[in-house]
Amino acid sequence: MAETVPRNYLNADYSIWSWFLTKDHKRIAILYLISITLFFFVGGAAAVLFRLELMTPKGDLVISENYNKLFTLHGIIMVFFFLIPSIPAVLGNFFLPMMIGARDLAFPKLNLLSWYVFMIGGIISIVAILAGGVDTGWTFYTPYSSTYANSQVLLAAVGAFIAGFSSIMTGLNFIATTHTMRAPGMTWFRLPLFVWAMYATSLIILLGTPVLAIAIVLVGLERFFHLGIFDPALGGDPLLFQHLFWFYSHPAVYIMLIPAQGVVSEIIACFSRKRVFGYAFIAFSSLAIAVLGFLVWGHHMFVSGQSATAGMIFSFLSMFVAVPSAVKVFNWTATLYKGSIHFDTPMLYALGFIGLFTMGGLTGIFLATLAVDVHVHDTYFVVAHFHYIMVGGSVMAYLGGIHYWWPKMTGKRYPESWGRISAILIFVGFNLTFFPQFILGYLGMPRRYHFYADEFQVLNVMSSAGASILGIGYVFPLCYLLWSLRYGRPAGDNPWLATGLEWTTPSPPPTSNFLETPIVREPAYNYPPLGDGEGDTLRQEKIRRRRQGEWHPTQPPREKVTTP
Amino acid sequence: MERDYQREFTFSPPQAASTAAEIDWLYYALVGMTVFFTLLICALIVTFMVRYRSTARLNRRIHVSHKRLLMIEIGWMLPPLAIVMGSFFWGAAIFFHQRQEPADPLRIYVVGKQWMWKVQHEGGRREINSLHVPTGRPVVLTMISEDVIHSFYIPAFRTKMDVLPGRYTMQWFEPTQTGTYHLFCAEYCGTDHSKMIGSVVVQTPEQYAQWLESDEEEPAASRGRRLFQQYRCNDCHTQSEDRRGPPLANLLGSQVVLADGRTVTADLKYFRNSIRNPDDQVVAGYQTVMPPYPQITEDEILLIMAYLESDAAGSGSGRAVQGGATDDAAAPDNQPPNQPRNGQSRDPQPGSNNQQQPQEQQQQQGEPPE
Repeated sequence: MAETVPRNYLNADYSIWSWFLTKDHKRIAILYLISITLFFFVGGAAAVLFRLELMTPKGDLVISENYNKLFTLHGIIMVFFFLIPSIPAVLGNFFLPMMIGARDLAFPKLNLLSWYVFMIGGIISIVAILAGGVDTGWTFYTPYSSTYANSQVLLAAVGAFIAGFSSIMTGLNFIATTHTMRAPGMTWFRLPLFVWAMYATSLIILLGTPVLAIAIVLVGLERFFHLGIFDPALGGDPLLFQHLFWFYSHPAVYIMLIPAQGVVSEIIACFSRKRVFGYAFIAFSSLAIAVLGFLVWGHHMFVSGQSATAGMIFSFLSMFVAVPSAVKVFNWTATLYKGSIHFDTPMLYALGFIGLFTMGGLTGIFLATLAVDVHVHDTYFVVAHFHYIMVGGSVMAYLGGIHYWWPKMTGKRYPESWGRISAILIFVGFNLTFFPQFILGYLGMPRRYHFYADEFQVLNVMSSAGASILGIGYVFPLCYLLWSLRYGRPAGDNPWLATGLEWTTPSPPPTSNFLETPIVREPAYNYPPLGDGEGDTLRQEKIRRRRQGEWHPTQPPREKVTTP
Repeated sequence: MERDYQREFTFSPPQAASTAAEIDWLYYALVGMTVFFTLLICALIVTFMVRYRSTARLNRRIHVSHKRLLMIEIGWMLPPLAIVMGSFFWGAAIFFHQRQEPADPLRIYVVGKQWMWKVQHEGGRREINSLHVPTGRPVVLTMISEDVIHSFYIPAFRTKMDVLPGRYTMQWFEPTQTGTYHLFCAEYCGTDHSKMIGSVVVQTPEQYAQWLESDEEEPAASRGRRLFQQYRCNDCHTQSEDRRGPPLANLLGSQVVLADGRTVTADLKYFRNSIRNPDDQVVAGYQTVMPPYPQITEDEILLIMAYLESDAAGSGSGRAVQGGATDDAAAPDNQPPNQPRNGQSRDPQPGSNNQQQPQEQQQQQGEPPE
C-alpha cells in the first residue's frame, strides 16, 4: 500500500494518554460520545425492565421498591447524563469551533476538565445505583428526598450536582468561543443556526444550573444536619424545593430542546438544498425560548399548593413559549417549499423531529392550560408529552445529527439503507410507545405507578409493544455505526455537498481543524439557486456517483495530503 | 363494584362532577386544535416531500422580499398567539372557579400518610381509603399530610390537589353522578405509592345520610375526648377561673382576639397552628406557657376538633373563647362551621365499641411486603 494516510485528529497519536489528556475539542467530543452512549443504554435498560413490568396491572417482575428505583434510575441517567450533554457536549463540542472557523474552543483545558467532572458525576450516580439505588424519582421532591427516603439519595444527588458543573464549563466555553474565536468575516448573522442554538443553550446552562446545585446542597444540609429548609416538621417549606428545582429543570428542558432545533435547521437546509427560511426569526426564537424558559417554572406546580394567582401568572407566561416554537416549525416547513428534497437518513430524522415536536409542543398547551392540567398533572399525559419533546424531539435530532456529521467525525460512511430503516423503526416505535400514554393520562392513570387499574392494561400493552420496536430501532444504529468504523466506505470531505465551514476541511479533520484559517465571504446556507433543479449539486453528484458504480455519493480519496 | 368504563374502551373517564363536562369540552377543543395543526404540518411536509423531491423536474425559483418575509413571519405568529390566549382564558376561568370555596359546602377532612387516605366526615364518621360523598352539594376537602407530599386525585371529577405536610390545602367538587370511582395518589410518595388508592362512592343525599348514621365505630368525638385527656389539654384549657389556657368549647368558627391586638377567625388552620406553634397566636389575656405539641398527629388534631365541636365539649360551658371581647359582640360571627345535615346527629354515641384503632393498624400492615 503506497497510499498515504492523511494526518487527522484520530490518527495523530494512538497512545491512551493522548486521549485521556487531550485538549482537542474533537477528541473530547468523542470521549463524551462514548460515555453518553453507555449511559443511554443503561437508562434504556431500566426502561425495558419497567415497560415489561407494566405489561400487567399487577407487579410480577419486580417489587415496588425496585420499580421505583428503575424509573428513578431511568430519569436521572437520561436527563442528567444523556439528554443534557447529548447534543451540546458531543455535536456542539465537535462542530461549534469548526462551524465558526476556530482551531479549538476558547478554553481547551476547561473542556477536558468538564469531561472528567462529568464522568465523576456519572460514576458517583452509578455507584449510588449499585449501592442500593435511589427511589425518589429524578425530581427529588422534598420532604421525601430530604427526610423520608431510605435510599442512596445523597449520593445520586451529588452525582447530578457534580455533572452540573460540567455543563456549566461547557456553556461557558461555548459563549466565550462564539464571542472571541469566529473566523474573519464570520459575522453573527452568518453563523449557522446550530451555533445560535448552542449560544442560547449555553446562556440557560450558565444561569440555571447553579440554582439546581443550590437546591441539591440544601437537600443535603437538611438530610445530614437536619436544618429546617424543606421539611415542615423542621420548620421548612416543601414547596421551596419545587420552586428551586423547576427554576432549573424547566429551562433544562430547553437545554435539551434548543440544540436539537439547531441540528434540525442544519439538516433541513442541507437536504432541501436551500437557505433556511426566516433565518433571523429562527435565531431569535432560540433566544426567546431561552429567556421565556426562566419565567414559566411554576406551570409544574398548578396543583402543588402554590397560590391560584401564581398559577394564573405562570399559565399566562407559559403560553408565550408556543409562539417561538410555532415560528420554528413553520419556518422549517417553509424551507421545504420549492426545495429539492433528499431523503437521506439525517433528513428522515429531521422530518420526524418536526412532526413529533409539533405534537409535543401542542400537547404542552394542554398542560399550560390550568383546568386541563389540574386533571392531567402527574398522569401519563405528562409522561407522553415530555417524551414527545425529549425523545421524539431531542433524541431524534441527536441521531439525525450523528448521522449527518458521522462522515465528518469518522471519515467513514454508514450504510444508508440501514440508516433509513432504523429511522423509520424509531419513528413508528416511538409513536406506538408514547401515543397511547396520552389517552392513559386523560383516563386518569397516574405516573410512577407500579400497580395500576385493570382497565388501563390494553393501552399499557400497546405502549410496551411499541417500546420493543423502539428499543430495536436504537440498537441498529449502534451496530451499523460501529461496523462502519471498520468497514465503511471513505466519506470524502463533503459527502452531502453541504455548506458550512466544517465541510471545508478533510474528513476526519486534522487536529487544527483547518489547514489555513478560513475567511468567510458568504451568508450561511448559501446553496446555489435551484432554478429548475439544475442547481441541486447533491442530485448531480448522486447521479455521477451512480454512473461510476457507487450507489451513494462519496468523493474520491484525496491523493495528496499536506499536514500542517 | 361495577364500573362500566372498565369494560368499554373510552377516551375519557366518566363525568361525575359538575365541572367535569366543561373541562372535557376544553380538552376536546384542544384535541381538535392539536389534530388540526399536526395534520396541517404533516400534510404540508408530505406534500412538499413528494412535490419537491430531488428527482422531480419543476420550477423552484423563489424570491421573498424582506417586507414580504416580515409579513409572513408576523402572519404566522398571530394564530398561535390567539389560540394560546384563548386556551389560557378558558382554562383560567374554570380554574378560578375551582379555587373559590363554594357557599354552604359539605366539609370533609382528609389526612394522607404513607400509604393510606384517612377521611373524617362532619359529625365524625371516618373511613380509610374510600370517600363517600352525596350528589347535589359542593364538597370541600380540607387536606393535610402526616409525612411526605401526596396528591388527592379523582379522575372522574377531573380534580386533584397536592396534600402537603404542615399545611392544609383545599379542593372542592360537586358530585353529580352516583357510582364508584377511582381515587389515586398522584404525587409520588414512596414505595407503595401505587397502592395509595381507594374508591370514591357517590351516593344520593338520602343514602349518604344513611351511610353516615350506620357508623359502628367509636365516634370521633369520644376518641377526641380521650385524646384531649391523654395529652392533658384539659389541665390548662378548663373553665375554672385560674385556668392557664383559654377554654376551647365551640372554639371553631369563633372570633379570637389575640394578645397582639389582632382578631382572627378560629378555623382549623388556626387551631392546628395553636397546637404546633402555640407562641404564634397567643389569645389576649393569656401567657405564652403552652409548649408545642409535634407529637399530636394530624389525624388526632381532627379527632380533637371533632370533640370540641361536639356538644359534649360544650356541655360544661356554652361560651366561645372570646379572649377579652364580650360574648355579645362576637355572637353574630359565632356561626358553627358545620351545621348538622340530613338529620345527622353530632352527639357522641357512648357505648359503641372501639374498632377504629385495630382497623387502622390492619390497613397499615395489611399489605404484605414484597
